[in-house]
Amino acid sequence: MVYVHNLTKRYGSLVAVENLSFKLDRGDVLGFLGPNGAGKTTTMRIITGYMPPTKGTVHIEGVDIFDNPLQAKKMIGYLPENPPLYLDMTVAEYLDFVADIKQVKWKDKKSRIFYVLDKCGLSEVRKRIIGHLSKGYRQRVGIAQALVNNPSVLILDEPTIGLDPLQIIEIRDLIKSLSGERTVILSTHILPEVTMICSKVVIINEGKMVLEESLNYLSESLRNSTSLLLRVRQNGDSVKEKIMSVKGVSGVRPGPAGEFVITPSEGVEIREELVRLVVENDLGLLELRPLVNTLEEIFMKAISSEGN
Amino acid sequence: MKAFYTIVKRELRSYFASPLAYIILVVFQVISARFFFLYLQGFLQFQFDPSYQLQTGELNLNNLVVLPYFGTISIVLLLIVPLITMRLIADEKKNYTAELLFTSPVRIRTIVFGKFTASLILLILMLLLSSINIFVLMVHGNPDFGAVFSGYIGLFLLGASFLSIGIFASSLTENQLIAAVISFGVLLLLWLVGALSDAESSILGYISVINHYEDFSKGLIELKDVVYYVSLIFLGLFLTYTSLESERWR
Repeated sequence: MVYVHNLTKRYGSLVAVENLSFKLDRGDVLGFLGPNGAGKTTTMRIITGYMPPTKGTVHIEGVDIFDNPLQAKKMIGYLPENPPLYLDMTVAEYLDFVADIKQVKWKDKKSRIFYVLDKCGLSEVRKRIIGHLSKGYRQRVGIAQALVNNPSVLILDEPTIGLDPLQIIEIRDLIKSLSGERTVILSTHILPEVTMICSKVVIINEGKMVLEESLNYLSESLRNSTSLLLRVRQNGDSVKEKIMSVKGVSGVRPGPAGEFVITPSEGVEIREELVRLVVENDLGLLELRPLVNTLEEIFMKAISSEGN
Repeated sequence: MKAFYTIVKRELRSYFASPLAYIILVVFQVISARFFFLYLQGFLQFQFDPSYQLQTGELNLNNLVVLPYFGTISIVLLLIVPLITMRLIADEKKNYTAELLFTSPVRIRTIVFGKFTASLILLILMLLLSSINIFVLMVHGNPDFGAVFSGYIGLFLLGASFLSIGIFASSLTENQLIAAVISFGVLLLLWLVGALSDAESSILGYISVINHYEDFSKGLIELKDVVYYVSLIFLGLFLTYTSLESERWR
């Protein structure tokens, strides 16, 4: 459980994060979105206790990270933006060190290290010096490092950056498989990733929260969009008027190259009528598809509306 | 306690996994042994020089070999300690591992003290190596053991103060070279400040890091000197702690 309340961080006059609040239960996977410099990393650093906020509180499993940092930090696994690696150590030595410093119990240590090596696909390189590994492997060592203390709160700052497409899929599956018993917060630039793994989305911009929604609700609103995109060979105002004449069409917005975005009245099915119209008038049908509101659009809308 | 041990272990591993520690130990030993040989040679020459026979009181192993030998060691320490401490914290910042340390359930003071202890172990190794020469001297001659002992206590305290200042310098930057230059500059200043005034009578004389060493080399362990060095060590470590702590708030 992560409880963030009224978090504010100022660097001098610059406000990095302002009045951020959210609450996550066990099992939640939060996708933390926002443009570069929106305050994602700052927020994560505050939650992990790396830096104190100017105002506000963070509770990890009910423990205040600033009043009781040693206890709270034991329950956190954190992958920073740049994986914190000692390049002169081997993978196994490094994980052993992290397990020690995170105070993993001696009797659990060996099995935990074995587990994360296996989970992150590092068993084969465990005797290699980290400095000799490729970026993708280093990123995996970073993730392994975050998991070694079996944290109940997992915080990942852009976990799939620098990985190849196959590894990205593996890591996503890994995160999904880890989520059950834990609370996961992950920031990312890759929006489809959020749709795939997250159960909740928070979008921040210029330090302020612009959207907080559970993904179920979001996908619902994504699916329910009924706008259609029609592309025909013929163009011009006459086409627009003809489309408007179809029963149930409430709006037509012409786009480039014979595209029209058509909004039907609520609950009316217009596709059949529309196709008939196009064929009868010999407009030259090229494309007709439902216009899906992607997360990208929601993201853009959330951010730009805040900007205005 | 476990976290402290973990930090010390990692730092020592890091020293000895790279060539750094070996190079430092070899360079230190070669330079100090070379000077030891020079002083010994000088002593042997004086022994057969009739004009020095009159000053028999002055002519002993302690004054002609041990004392200058320890003096050389103290200068080599001044040059080498910045190289020992430069990476201790600067490197953590550069490799982003500071973020791992500071989000782990470990107190900052444990981290600082662990790193200091690891560098202290390297210092002790250096001093042990240098004592081989003294040991040879003990077997074949009879230097005053008390002066040798107090001299080593002095060297240890001097080196430890250098280390604590070096760690502080390392906490100020993420560039090892800059850390080394800062600590060398500060140490040299602390050393030379005594030369600007006459010995202990003035504040500058009291601040000078080497003035306090002189008593040790003469065989005196004086409380005021011990207090001076111990306070310097704690000042360095405290400043390191403060610099790390304040960085989080920025």
